[in-house]
Amino acid sequence: MAVLKVEHLCKQYASELVVNQLSLTIPAGICFGLLGPNGAGKTTTLKLCLGLITPDSGSIELMGMPVPDAGPKVRLRVGVVPQFDNLDPDFSVAENLIIFGRYFGIKPDVVRANVPELLAFAGLEGKEKSRIRELSGGMRRRLTLARALVNDPDVIFLDEPTTGLDPQARHLIWERLRQLVAKGKTLILTTHFMDEAERLCNCLAIMDHGKIIAEDSPKRLIENLIEPVVVEVFGDGLDDWLATVATGTGCRIERAGETIFCYGQDATAVLQSMVTFPGLKSVVRQANLEDVFIKITGRELRD
Amino acid sequence: MFNQRALAVWLRNFWVWRKLAVPSVLGNIVEPMLYLLGLGYGLGSLLPNVAGFPYIHFLAAGIVCQSTMNSATFEALYSAFSRLHVQRTWEAIMHAPVSLDEILMGEWLWAASKSLLSGCAILLVLVVWGITSPLHALAVVPAILLTGLCFAGMGLVITSVSPNYDFFMYYFTLVIGPMLFVSGVFYPVTQLPVWLQWFSQLLPLTHAISLIRPLVLGESLTLAWLHILVLLLYGGIGFQLSRKLARKRLLS
Ligand SMILES: Nc1ncnc2c1ncn2[C@@H]1O[C@H](COP(=O)(O)OP(=O)(O)O)[C@@H](O)[C@H]1O
Ligand SMILES: [Mg+2]
Repeated sequence: MAVLKVEHLCKQYASELVVNQLSLTIPAGICFGLLGPNGAGKTTTLKLCLGLITPDSGSIELMGMPVPDAGPKVRLRVGVVPQFDNLDPDFSVAENLIIFGRYFGIKPDVVRANVPELLAFAGLEGKEKSRIRELSGGMRRRLTLARALVNDPDVIFLDEPTTGLDPQARHLIWERLRQLVAKGKTLILTTHFMDEAERLCNCLAIMDHGKIIAEDSPKRLIENLIEPVVVEVFGDGLDDWLATVATGTGCRIERAGETIFCYGQDATAVLQSMVTFPGLKSVVRQANLEDVFIKITGRELRD
Repeated sequence: MFNQRALAVWLRNFWVWRKLAVPSVLGNIVEPMLYLLGLGYGLGSLLPNVAGFPYIHFLAAGIVCQSTMNSATFEALYSAFSRLHVQRTWEAIMHAPVSLDEILMGEWLWAASKSLLSGCAILLVLVVWGITSPLHALAVVPAILLTGLCFAGMGLVITSVSPNYDFFMYYFTLVIGPMLFVSGVFYPVTQLPVWLQWFSQLLPLTHAISLIRPLVLGESLTLAWLHILVLLLYGGIGFQLSRKLARKRLLS
């Protein structure tokens, strides 16, 4: 059964269509990733699905309930990790969990009994009494994750759960998210980290300008949307090489600053064409998700 | 809207307040008491009886109203705004199955509760002082709650549209401040020019005072229904308006 079913969703701010005819179906028990550059409309899409903002048109069904018509009760079995932490600075770590449980109608004693387990899950053992401002960014993020689990949700929405974290904290969060999926929960996350998407997600939708432009498993996106081998060429004589022999290799060629990316079935032709340019260096590798992402969303900078 | 979830929002604010309850209540009493002592004795010694009472007795009821109004207004403005905008506590609460309406209801009741506490704290001092009797003071309590609801509802309107804290200065200098001087806190409204007396009748603080002063001084109430109605209207319309404005700000 689909946990989330979105059809022809639209949301406009000023003259910009931030979400444009977006349709999605997410089955239960998977980790679904919404991948896109900044400003693609990921956060807006999540907020719409949670019933936190009103769509202009289209339909949303979350766990069988129409959003936003069913009202806030759709969030009873849902956990939310927002893009920017909004922990309650007036309370300690444990109090944050207890007061948040209150909003779900869970008795303080029930949450209090769960606090050690929730904090252990988030790697925050012994931090019950800490103030929020004493926590590092990574700790706050993990506490936000623990808070999202207070109501033992079936579906968890995570908006860029690891942005701004150091590698240790990112790995811990990834590990925990995998455990949640193993427990049968459905995760819906946004990210612009390719490694995160590739490692965690069973299914990915790449989004840009409010539209989904590709949707599949990470493996199949790479198989279907990009040439298997990439040769990165850089060094002295790059311009000469590009002007004379590069196009003869039969590869798809892209330039980013002082590096040329050659996408093709194999590396032989490119490497051979470089023999007469001793100043050139190269790296040969398999195509990855980042190559797919850049191919379909372009190389120009976003803010 | 008035349900478990709205009460959870109220409870959140109460839990925060509880941590600093003693200094908070003291702060609520000290300033109004300074007004009462300073103006009551300083100015009162120069005055004959005002409206048939020693000036300090006359002023006491005004100070109860002023302090209730201030407390409700500060809570609905600065404190609620910090939860709405700075700390984004409202946003967090809405991740749970709580609606914006329920949050506003919780905030409205909380700001009114807090002003009820301020008002009652001063009332208690007045009882101990002998300015009013315990029985009269008891009758004032519901009127204080009504006054609190009125100014909390009005304050939430400003909070819902405010871009930052500075915006609140307009409300204080253009609404709250002037109201203080034409509503009968410091002197009877009848001392004002007739046109200003009429204008004064449009202001909620005037009606709060018309309700609370006779109760504090043990006089009989006149037109109580009118005063209650005006306070209910200001508070109720304010709250409804704040719902519309907050929805536009947060949910669109
Ligand atoms: N409340 C809003 N008012 C106006 N514009 C908005 C609002 N929220 C988002 N936007 C705009 O919508 C676009 C998409 O934003 P967002 O969904 O946050 O993207 P992402 O999360 O993918 O980075 C951005 O251009 C942003 O400026
Ligand atoms: Mg975002």
